[in-house]
Amino acid sequence: MYHKEKSIQLKSSASALYNNLSVLRIAPRCLTYFTVVHANVVNMVSASWDGLNYSHRQLQSKEGNVATSSSLIMQAAWCVLPSRDLLVLTSQKGIQMYESDGSIMVYWHALDTPETPTAKAVFARGIAAVREKYICVGVSSGSVLVFDVPSKGSNITLSEVLEEHKEAITDMASECSGNLVLTYSNIHITSCSSVKLWKGTVIAGYGTGQIRLYEGVTGILHAEVNAHARWIYSLDIAPFTGLIEHMYNECVTDTQICGAKFCDGDGYAFAVTGYDLSEIIRYTQA
Amino acid sequence: MARRITSPSRSSTSASDWLLLAVTWQPREGLQTLIYSAGSSESADRGFLLTTCDCLPILAALHPSPERMSTRTLPLLFINLGGEMLYILDQRLRAQNIPADKAKKVMNDIITTMFNKKFLEELFKPQELYSKKALRTVFDRLAHASIMRLNQASMDKLYDLMTMAFKYQVLLCPRPKDILLVSFNHMDAIRDFVKDTPSILSQVDETNKQLIEIYTPLSGGEFQLIRQTLLIFFQDMHIRVSIFLKDKVQNSNGRFVLPTSGPVPYGTHTPGLIRLFSCSGEEVRRMQFRDCGNYSAALREGSFEMYGDRVIKLGTNMYSVSRPVETHMSGTSKNSSQHTKVNTTPNPLAKEELNLLARLMGGLEVQKSANTDSGFRVNLFATDEEEEEALISRPDELSYEVINIQATKDKQTNAELAKIMGEFGETGEPAPSSSSKGDDLLAMMDGL
Repeated sequence: MYHKEKSIQLKSSASALYNNLSVLRIAPRCLTYFTVVHANVVNMVSASWDGLNYSHRQLQSKEGNVATSSSLIMQAAWCVLPSRDLLVLTSQKGIQMYESDGSIMVYWHALDTPETPTAKAVFARGIAAVREKYICVGVSSGSVLVFDVPSKGSNITLSEVLEEHKEAITDMASECSGNLVLTYSNIHITSCSSVKLWKGTVIAGYGTGQIRLYEGVTGILHAEVNAHARWIYSLDIAPFTGLIEHMYNECVTDTQICGAKFCDGDGYAFAVTGYDLSEIIRYTQA
Repeated sequence: MARRITSPSRSSTSASDWLLLAVTWQPREGLQTLIYSAGSSESADRGFLLTTCDCLPILAALHPSPERMSTRTLPLLFINLGGEMLYILDQRLRAQNIPADKAKKVMNDIITTMFNKKFLEELFKPQELYSKKALRTVFDRLAHASIMRLNQASMDKLYDLMTMAFKYQVLLCPRPKDILLVSFNHMDAIRDFVKDTPSILSQVDETNKQLIEIYTPLSGGEFQLIRQTLLIFFQDMHIRVSIFLKDKVQNSNGRFVLPTSGPVPYGTHTPGLIRLFSCSGEEVRRMQFRDCGNYSAALREGSFEMYGDRVIKLGTNMYSVSRPVETHMSGTSKNSSQHTKVNTTPNPLAKEELNLLARLMGGLEVQKSANTDSGFRVNLFATDEEEEEALISRPDELSYEVINIQATKDKQTNAELAKIMGEFGETGEPAPSSSSKGDDLLAMMDGL
């Protein structure tokens, strides 16, 4: 069904983090951007669709102290808003936002980090764009930071902090679907590493290797798939066709996959990254 | 200006394994948000949070409580690496026909130092992982805690083997919590090494109890974070180990083989089943798909108690006299990834490192043997010539750059070191003799 294409080489290998691959398609310029996190650095590659041109850029986590590792980047993802796309980096120190090509940092938000390390680790993780003007980022304490993003410029502000939880956030997803009330029912819970929303259905990947589909409105479990023999690290949906992609280490020999993304809305092509691997592996439909 | 919002009203219902928490509020901007979470109030595991922002659903997948998480990685790293070191030294001591009493003394001395109460207190404090250099210095110190000596090349090789072995164990653990079972395998073996010496055995048992206390309550998600932290530490290390290559668990490019067959992790179902449910929660249909692996059902869970069958074999001693300890120094194949300096320390004597070493030096009591004739050297290579050859030919990128306290021209740093050394005199800690501690520090400065 899919066959392997030429891989894209990275400047350094991928770290074993959840959802460690983000993709942005720039149709007007026939380019696709990819980002992969390596410890305290984000490797960004811009690949032309004809496969001839690749350019690389590396972004550093801010306030990274070279002697310690407390500036590890937890996640990098693009937020697509109607007026602009922003690249958001979350780390143990805070949240950085860049213009979509990674050229300029437009915003920095520092997390409250204690002076000396405590038993409770501090970091930000889980990024989602909401409607026209908000970017939401999760924090290890369980809070969700809501940023107000203007259509241009760097006047981004923290507008709300939603604090209802005590648990660290792993992933976030959003979509436009109008008026919804969400409730829950009896769900057998285990660690959830990745979540996507599609047409009101919640699709979640779990540590037991299962994928579960829930009805978004009622929280009812629709389907359960015993998909994998290992922890699911990443999940993606091709929004136009509803194809679900979930990978771990099965199809790519001797690689623990940590990021998987469709490269286009139809699901024609997808890409994966693996721990210790310095390339992005690509597949297209046969 | 940010505003923290808490719920004016809250309704919650709980059933056997779910908790519904709903909040509504209307801030002035017109945002309406409903937040729900699900999960047992008892268990640390959670599912995901659904939020509507302006009546839009935002989902967040939740992770269990971050208490005692990646700041709890260091003790596991230290104990497992220490365990591997003991396996290797034990094998080499036998292979070199070191007299049993001397060999036993070395093992006992190292284990005593490793489980030194003050040192472990320091280690178990919530903190970031040490830099690679600092950790290597700690193990250098540990390996020389007795009458045994190791040349630079042998120490490098010892450390290569230790780190690649634990990296392999972390990568291959079926589920993140199994890292704790691997740690218990090491602890069981260490306990066996000192079973004839009650004083040391009780130190080891104490530490084992501490491990159980701190780590058993952690959830799968927290172990996953520990695992991810460890994997970042081991990133880009692809040194080829002879015993791994022979057993076909490592490829010639230094990467480990990840099997797609065998039992699934405890708590996971074998892949292939799709179940569909009706609105009332009844299963209405089942479908099967073929997955490309060949998995069997999970084995029973290993024991997390002081004693018990751990089930997992990772972390047990893979060396024996007939399976020698060797490494290929050509660990950098064409395709090996670039040696990226993640934790580069431009000034190896950055304050943090000094403080760290100071605390460690304060905790380690070295037994300076009065009779230097009893000292001996252990070689990790087959011959002295091989050892020397290894030292010369070691690729630059694999150099561990052990911290050399003497290598500084910075007056301020010298002053700091002097101050730290001064602090040792005030700790009032019982030392074998007051002068030996000073000798010890000087010896360390000279030796590094």
